[in-house]
Amino acid sequence: MSASTLAAARTGISARTAAWAGIVLGVIAAYVALPPIMIRTPVVSLLLAAAGAAAGGYAVREGERRLGWIAVAMAVLGAVLAVIAVKSGEDNLDKVFVWSALAAGMLRFATPLIFAAMGGILSERSGVINIGLEGMMLMGAFFGIFGSDLTGSWVGGLLIGAAAGALLGLVHAVVSVHLRADQVVSGTGINILALGVTGYVFIYHYGTQGTPAEVSRVPDVTLPGVEDISFIGGAIGHANLLTWAALLLVPLLTLFLFRTRGGLRLRSVGEKPRAADTVGLPVIRTRYIAVISSGALAAIGGAYLSIALLGSFNENMTAGRGFIALAAVIFGGWRPWGALAGALLFGFSTALAQRLPAFSESTAVLFQALPYVLTLVVVAGVIARSRPPAAIGVPYVKE
Amino acid sequence: MSATEDPDVRAVTPASRLAGYLRGGGVIVPLLTTLIAFLVGGLVMLVTGSDPIATYEAIWKGTGLQWIFPWTTGADRDLAASNLQQTLIITTPLILTGLAVAFAFRAGLFNIGGNGQYIVGSIAAVWVGSSFADMSSFLHILLAIVAACLAGAVWAGIAGVLKAFAGAHEVISTIMLNWIALWIGVWLFSLGGPLQNDAQKSIPVSNDVVEGAKLPVFWGDPVLQGLHIGIFIALFAVVVFWFLLNRSTAGFEVRAVGFNPEAARYSGMSVAKNYILVMAVCGLFAGLAGGIDVLGWQFRIATNDIQKLQLGFFGIAVALLGRNTAIGTVAAALLFGSLLSGTSQRNLDPTIFEPSLAENLTYIIQGLVILIVSADVLVLTMIRRGRGVFKRGSPPAVARADGEPEP
Repeated sequence: MSASTLAAARTGISARTAAWAGIVLGVIAAYVALPPIMIRTPVVSLLLAAAGAAAGGYAVREGERRLGWIAVAMAVLGAVLAVIAVKSGEDNLDKVFVWSALAAGMLRFATPLIFAAMGGILSERSGVINIGLEGMMLMGAFFGIFGSDLTGSWVGGLLIGAAAGALLGLVHAVVSVHLRADQVVSGTGINILALGVTGYVFIYHYGTQGTPAEVSRVPDVTLPGVEDISFIGGAIGHANLLTWAALLLVPLLTLFLFRTRGGLRLRSVGEKPRAADTVGLPVIRTRYIAVISSGALAAIGGAYLSIALLGSFNENMTAGRGFIALAAVIFGGWRPWGALAGALLFGFSTALAQRLPAFSESTAVLFQALPYVLTLVVVAGVIARSRPPAAIGVPYVKE
Repeated sequence: MSATEDPDVRAVTPASRLAGYLRGGGVIVPLLTTLIAFLVGGLVMLVTGSDPIATYEAIWKGTGLQWIFPWTTGADRDLAASNLQQTLIITTPLILTGLAVAFAFRAGLFNIGGNGQYIVGSIAAVWVGSSFADMSSFLHILLAIVAACLAGAVWAGIAGVLKAFAGAHEVISTIMLNWIALWIGVWLFSLGGPLQNDAQKSIPVSNDVVEGAKLPVFWGDPVLQGLHIGIFIALFAVVVFWFLLNRSTAGFEVRAVGFNPEAARYSGMSVAKNYILVMAVCGLFAGLAGGIDVLGWQFRIATNDIQKLQLGFFGIAVALLGRNTAIGTVAAALLFGSLLSGTSQRNLDPTIFEPSLAENLTYIIQGLVILIVSADVLVLTMIRRGRGVFKRGSPPAVARADGEPEP
């Protein structure tokens, strides 16, 4: 942050403000071409997007590289979206862009990502790369519904699911913290192991019939009074309990990481383990706790898929969501709010992809790649500035 | 210059440390690892009420490996031959995706993007292989294979370029590239996609590879999926891998950068150029795997094949178990290839063990192998405890990534 504040002192206009202005301009550029405004010429949008890109470029030059590049990306995206929108029919646009439904969809798809991303932040902030988020989510997805079926209550399902994820986290911790294996390799092993374990127990226990149709599911929260307000009601009037929990988790984790002693310890273990050890912090134990909690959180995200969203399980049902969560962590610069932004953005792109088949089936598919492309862009442009925790990936050896 | 002097160049990467670990322990660690993983697999069967010995015997029969014994005769021998052909068909891409990971490890990089590189390779091969119907067979095959290699090399090269010039960690970029490749593939062949089948508009598959572009089958019946010559291409790639690393200047630089990027830079080698080169070579191997599978036995790509693909990740297990060596990779690929075909729907006797369960058992065993091999401290401890001389030394004496000296 110091670089951007320095820049602000020099120029008078904060690079941060410029970047945010660029982001907003990019969004507006797309928005004006869509219902309800629907300007049927791309000129307005392109002008707005160009202004947004310029603001982003300015921010990058002034040192706010991460937000600046995001602004440039948003501007380009806004322009592309606007051009596509202008070219397509008004009826189709009306069908796809029901904003309240899109917002609700965004929250629905972002929820598992938020849980897993917060887990990822915990683990990676303590210095342990967690490629195994995918496997941990998958454990939660299966053992969540298994537990819900077994105990007859979704609370039991969540607990058993989280425990299964925590157990896998423990394996990751033992292998990569204790035995000092390479963390990426260990994470890869975790993913394949989880694929096998969940698939095996699923087929062994449920056979070809699949999970029972009636399992106890996490309830939706109906907000009386709010549900009738047009946009807000459609967006959050019937959100799932876990969605609210996920949104609550973000400020809680921020508070923990940056405002409590435990959070400071966790971060110092991830940045300078030797120094942390010297002042008496238990490096190994801290990493264990972080990785295990990470597994539990990712598993709750996975359980959301099976016992909240769908009410069923199928093999490999997480289908890469753990990696999207990982992308959100990196996209958000290892910060909870940043990761939330990433998760919401990726959730939105999924929600949009779900509605796009109305006018083009195959384009909708291509939208699924968006999170990964954006992350690649962000990583390529900025990682030199927004660095991961310093000691990430390095096993700690006590002297 | 500041952009390229990222911490990864300055310090030793996790992957290079791993390469260091893997040099200790010799052949005994992989063998013990395999044994432990199979024992745990047996335990899983025992707990779930199956007979592990009978099951492993059925899996062994499914691999067809008993064909090499002269006392396997008559109908048994025919079945074994047919099964062994399947085993070798699946071993072929495993060798190549294993090389794709091993080559990166030797250069201190981690190529987790084998899946994506395989996908773009297979897309290139199916596109070339299903076009140009009147081309001569040899040229057509050659063109399709070159296209597959190039596609993989370019795809992985992106990660190399990003690492060399933007300091992006190759683990992150190759993961992202995996998923981008996956969705591009699904998009191309899904209904209404640009390369979706011309004749069958309601099925999400590619066009079929034309007869002339199919790899010749030299063992078994081509109609019943006999063994194609791809296995020789893979073995040739193993020789190239060995030669590149051990007998060429480029390979010397690759290994030097893998051992210690800083020292390599001081002696005048371009670390950035090496990163790009290494990733491109890795992608070439993985892309070739995709190309061979398409031209050898799949002949078309369905969108759900792409989504179920795990071969790139299996390549990691192959490379680790094979200790990143040429011979080791072949042996490990054969092991996993046998396991995959021995537990397949086609080869495993369903009266002894349910194939859909066995498939997941394979995942469990593979996952365990990766975990145990990566934690070879554990295995080494067991060996040395046994001898009573255990005293674990510190990891290779190199600077840590956080700049602190090794204890």
